[in-house]
Amino acid sequence: MTQPVLSVRNLRVEFPTRRARLVAIDDVSFDILPGEVLGMVGESGAGKSVTGTAIIGLIEPPGRIAGGEIFLSGKRIDKLPPAAMRRIRGKRIGMVFQDPLTSLDPLYRIGEQLTETIATHTDLRGAALRERAIALLSEVGIPAPEHRFDNYPHQFSGGMRQRVVLALALAADPELVIADEPTTALDVSVQAQIIELMKRLARRHRAAILLITHDMGVIAEAADRVAVMYAGRIVEIGPVRDVVSAPLHPYTRGLMGSIPKLDGALDRLVQIPGSMPRLTAIPSGCPFHPRCPRVFAPCPIHRPELRPQAKAQVACWLYHPAPSAQSEKPATLRGGSP
Amino acid sequence: MVEQLQVPPLRNEGRLAAALDSDLLHAFLRSRIAVAATLITVTLVLAAVFAPWIAPHDPFDLRQLNLLDSHLPPAWLADGDPRYLLGTDDQGRDVLSTILYGSRISLGVGILAVGLAAALGIVLGLIAGYAGGFLDALIMRIADVQLTFPAILIALLIDGTGRALFGEHRNETLEFWVLVLSIGLSFWVQYARTVRGSTMVEKSKDYVLAARLIGIHPAKILFRHVLPNVIGPVLVIATINLALAIITEATLSFLGVGLPPTQPSLGTLIRIGNNFLFAGEWWIAIFPGITLALLVVAINLLGDWLRDALNPRLQ
Amino acid sequence: MLAFVVRRALEAVLVMLVVALIAFALFRYVGDPINQMVGLETSFEERQQLRQALGLNDPVLVQFVHFVWRALQFDFGVSYQFKRPVTELIAERFPATMELAFVSALFSLVLGIPMGVYTALNRHSWLSKLFLAVSLIGISLPTFLIGILLIFVFAVTFQVLPSFGRGEVVKLGFWSTGLLTGSGLRAIILPAVTLGLFQMTLIMRLVRSEMLEVLRTDYIKFARARGLSDRAIHFGHALKNTLVPVITVAGLQLGSIIAFAIITETVFQWPGMGLMFLQAVQNADIPIMSTYLLLVSGIFVTINLVVDLLYVSVDPRIRIDRRVA
Repeated sequence: MTQPVLSVRNLRVEFPTRRARLVAIDDVSFDILPGEVLGMVGESGAGKSVTGTAIIGLIEPPGRIAGGEIFLSGKRIDKLPPAAMRRIRGKRIGMVFQDPLTSLDPLYRIGEQLTETIATHTDLRGAALRERAIALLSEVGIPAPEHRFDNYPHQFSGGMRQRVVLALALAADPELVIADEPTTALDVSVQAQIIELMKRLARRHRAAILLITHDMGVIAEAADRVAVMYAGRIVEIGPVRDVVSAPLHPYTRGLMGSIPKLDGALDRLVQIPGSMPRLTAIPSGCPFHPRCPRVFAPCPIHRPELRPQAKAQVACWLYHPAPSAQSEKPATLRGGSP
Repeated sequence: MVEQLQVPPLRNEGRLAAALDSDLLHAFLRSRIAVAATLITVTLVLAAVFAPWIAPHDPFDLRQLNLLDSHLPPAWLADGDPRYLLGTDDQGRDVLSTILYGSRISLGVGILAVGLAAALGIVLGLIAGYAGGFLDALIMRIADVQLTFPAILIALLIDGTGRALFGEHRNETLEFWVLVLSIGLSFWVQYARTVRGSTMVEKSKDYVLAARLIGIHPAKILFRHVLPNVIGPVLVIATINLALAIITEATLSFLGVGLPPTQPSLGTLIRIGNNFLFAGEWWIAIFPGITLALLVVAINLLGDWLRDALNPRLQ
Repeated sequence: MLAFVVRRALEAVLVMLVVALIAFALFRYVGDPINQMVGLETSFEERQQLRQALGLNDPVLVQFVHFVWRALQFDFGVSYQFKRPVTELIAERFPATMELAFVSALFSLVLGIPMGVYTALNRHSWLSKLFLAVSLIGISLPTFLIGILLIFVFAVTFQVLPSFGRGEVVKLGFWSTGLLTGSGLRAIILPAVTLGLFQMTLIMRLVRSEMLEVLRTDYIKFARARGLSDRAIHFGHALKNTLVPVITVAGLQLGSIIAFAIITETVFQWPGMGLMFLQAVQNADIPIMSTYLLLVSGIFVTINLVVDLLYVSVDPRIRIDRRVA
């Protein structure tokens, strides 16, 4: 078994406020294998971005990692001192943010920002440094890179800027790239290009990708596996093809149903009633139970854990024996009964 | 059978209960600085307001003055007299009493000037934001031009013009109001800008459009709906402005173009005392100076704290 | 770019014309210029003759044009108090004020910017809290009070620095400077600190709040995610982005320093334009008042213009034509 590039175990992130300790993510565990693209999907506020920020060690105080472990290629990184963590950032973990315009310092030329990053992590200097930067620009598809080297960020279009951002994130050849909503701020026509570029770059640099997005379409295009997050927990995780075509968790089913299909009957758009709970009011038991169309007795009381089911893992009492209430079973249940 | 579970409905909390539990009040009580600043401000204000009743002497009653008692140092020093706690000036006036009366005047001018500036600024801001077009451009132009000049200069100019205009007809009341006017006129711009911004935001909202369709008079719309939304930032500006107004008045009085010596504010007192600094009679200038400093620092602290507390971005 | 410069220059001229109008109105209509110039014994006919000779009976517009024309030639009339041309008086006192303003501005920048950066980067250290406390005092105390306190401590109690005057001055052409003599340098310390303290705290607070804002931006977050050193982030990206708006504000503050010089000059009996203006206000000497108004407006408007141009040349987003890839 190849060792995973990233291994997250029982991660818990809290934000203490005056009134309460808000738990942003609770007991989150997953692995990413080298070269793999793991998608992380969920509504706003589900905890996807917090997961990414926690992995790269950029949670702002008073927020903190309150439990669990993070392993990068087998070595534990969540408790590293700041200087050591800084050396990992950029060099071994890269991160891409949502808005390419605000991600780049408006007062510095992009060439300078590139060479600065490369110089921080390598010994290249002078002409070799500049050549490497230009090569990176060319690799991400910027035309005439020697000229664009001296341009400022605002002189690029949105899609071009995101390419520059990708170049910056990959400048030091990291093993893992965390992409937090990389296409959300872009035009639809440009999104596909950027996704393609990301996949190509990842293959060429042999990097794994944690692709965080709320857009299932992007996941379907780009990811190998996908983790579905709800209220700070992973409710389902498995290969993309299986999760998309045969979603297990009722929430995942709702998500898939909300994607309009070009083929098939023109039904109404499926909506999941209600909205995701605020961090101050997470329901007891399974956090999805107030909105779940399949809710039954154990759901409000006991919290389900991720357990294997078919080719995926799912956290739902529909699939695993519940601690009590064995007799209550909903009428329709696809697949074998637990 | 599937149980239908519902989210329990929110209790309708009273607004007072919500206010008492609010983050603002809690942060206020937890900040020792804010509490201390408010206490100091309130104490000084009350002392000033009740000066005629709590001052041990009336420093402006010529019959009470005794020239033999002049130039006395504070009570705890060698030649001090316990009747005059902080000493006396060259005319035998009790320094403590002059400070109390002086604070009254300083505060009075400050509050009146801020009131004038706020009223003028709010009205002009409402008009500029609501009417838009030429009126807006005109008002904002004037504001911009005025902003290039420091307030003190504008105050000096208006004061000087007032003096020249009224020439020999000067009297104390006139000087007082010219002073209030000059300070107030130099500070209206900030209010106008803030209010204009909020007005423009509210103007495009549906309920305003609806009200206009029904034919409600724009003044009523402005005062009933736009104004309450703007009170918060205006309060912050007013608090910080009050400190600035008091400083400006003190400065003008110190320079000799403010209030006449018969109605001395803290600034006038410092000016009088300045002449005796080199003679070693420091108490005549220093005590009013400390009072002024304390008052202004306390108000500034309060305004600072208020601004930080109401700024959601700094949480 | 050129269009921008031209437009700003035209606006500046317009503002100056408005100010000139106010100055002219002051000059002409506040008080009676004739009564100020002649004695009580002058007869009514002689006053009328004088009025005619000075062109005071011409249409207002003509008088205004004459006024502007003379102003452009630096002829500002004669002071009521001193009976000397205002231009001479101003020329005498101009260097004193300018030197004072320059030294205070330097003081406020050299101290204010580093203090602001420090308090932004070390939000919770005791030194930051001390700086902020001092800044609060600096902003709260009126300039004259700071001056008096400084005089009390350094001139009265410890007697190490002079409390009034400029010390010895050296004449270089038409400029007289106090910076080349020992006594001159000692004399400028207290006034410069008094004048600059307010500006210093303003700059410190501005730098601090700008830097705090900048440190929360996405590009700083991205810079951190790329593993850049703290030094590169704080003193490269953050500082540069912080200083751009600070430059403009600091430049504008220079104008207000010149205005506040009035107070400082009064406290320290510094022989500058401000002290002269104050005396003019006290004595309703309209020519000096309105000339000072014109001069100071000219300085402010010029500073504003220069600062605007500076801002445009420093921020690449505005400078370069918007060419989209």
